[in-house]
Amino acid sequence: MAPASPSPSALSLRDVVALSGRFPLLAGVDLEVAAGEVVVVEGPNGAGKTSLLRVAAGLAPVSSGQLTVLGLDPQRYRTAVRRRVGMLAHASHLYDDLTVLENVRFAVRAGGADRSRIVPACERLGLTGRLARTSASKLSAGQRRRVALAVLVARAPDLWLLDEPHAGLDASARSLLDQLIREAVAAGATVVVASHEPELLESVADRSVTVTGGRVTGERVIRPVPASTPGAPALAPAPSPTPTVASVPPGRIAHVA
Amino acid sequence: MWHDALLVAGKDLRIEARSKVALSQVAPFGIVALGLFAFALGPNRAPMVAGAPGLFWVAVLFTTVLAIQRSVSVEAVDGARDGLRLSGLDPAGLFLGKALAVAAQLIVLEAVLTVGVVFLYGAAIKAIWLIVAACVLGTVGLATVGTLYGALSAGIRVRETLLPFLLLPVVTPILLAGTRIWQAGLAGGTPSTATPWLHLLAAFDAVYLAVGVVVYGPIQEAT
Repeated sequence: MAPASPSPSALSLRDVVALSGRFPLLAGVDLEVAAGEVVVVEGPNGAGKTSLLRVAAGLAPVSSGQLTVLGLDPQRYRTAVRRRVGMLAHASHLYDDLTVLENVRFAVRAGGADRSRIVPACERLGLTGRLARTSASKLSAGQRRRVALAVLVARAPDLWLLDEPHAGLDASARSLLDQLIREAVAAGATVVVASHEPELLESVADRSVTVTGGRVTGERVIRPVPASTPGAPALAPAPSPTPTVASVPPGRIAHVA
Repeated sequence: MWHDALLVAGKDLRIEARSKVALSQVAPFGIVALGLFAFALGPNRAPMVAGAPGLFWVAVLFTTVLAIQRSVSVEAVDGARDGLRLSGLDPAGLFLGKALAVAAQLIVLEAVLTVGVVFLYGAAIKAIWLIVAACVLGTVGLATVGTLYGALSAGIRVRETLLPFLLLPVVTPILLAGTRIWQAGLAGGTPSTATPWLHLLAAFDAVYLAVGVVVYGPIQEAT
């Protein structure tokens, strides 16, 4: 498909409404996340943080509005988008009867990622030796979280969607997570993090947005960032027509509802 | 697509090899069902031999329901289903992989049940190729339909009870055709008596394979 025009946004939501039955998960979200940016999504329980991430990952359908992920319409280019998006959810997405290494290997192969990254990713998360050969059913919550993170690191997606990533992690793992986020951004990835503890992400985040009642209701710049991000991945051609392109100025932008 | 199918089938079969649910629970359940049918028919061998083909396929249908439920439940734990969706696997490959894994388990279960029919009912197989053909074609149909309806019921809380309700009426053609082919196989009948039923099974398989490849993705996203 020929590119219509490049989109500067890694993630773009324009008046996005998502429903679960008749219940609104998102009630008209406007949010632009630039490539290479780290954005924290904060808000009270039930505000729509997880729903926002699920919509961005294509797990929850958009009822109205416009969603673009990595320059693509995720409904139209579902497989292509999903291969470039990684999500750390509340659940770890592990199979209890498979070992740690088998779980990581399956997820990486399923995502079409480079298999040579599997072992280094496991080593990075401390999933080596006996632990790598342990059945997932025998892991603690924190260890399961580490395995899910190892999958993310091995897949090296262009867009990281992290839902309460610090939950269940000890101090050293939290520190490692921050380091992994920095490395992912340095490699050109974009990171959106939903968290109840935004203060834990102040050292890595560029911006924080507040979600309340399924809408973005506030924004706070944590760290001014340069206008261009070296190493940012080329975004895929945006679906045509792309009304977001003309209206989005260069650099890091937030359109707050 | 085939790469994804083999990847998913390998994963499901590895999980089954570890958990041994099919061998330690589903197969014994099938044998128990055959035994109960035998008790219900009484001590005379003649009605058991006459009813053996139908009873075999009824037992196969029951074990299929369990195998499909197991295949669905593997993805229900710890958000694994979302993990599969997020992985970017080709939905057609995912469907074929799940069906392939179920089919492999069903073939083993049918072999066990065939031995059970021979020993419990005293049925003698005279045309083994008809028995094998019925089992292979019937297995493909059961695995594809079961995987499809398993996906339909996956997101529903009452899937354990809903799945048999949805699945069993749909697989009636397999029960009918499989029974007729088995009757021919036990009686040593000519191929011409079984041919129309073999054609029916093959057509059933082709239709549900094609439907599954096309609609599995949308079903997965909608449920």
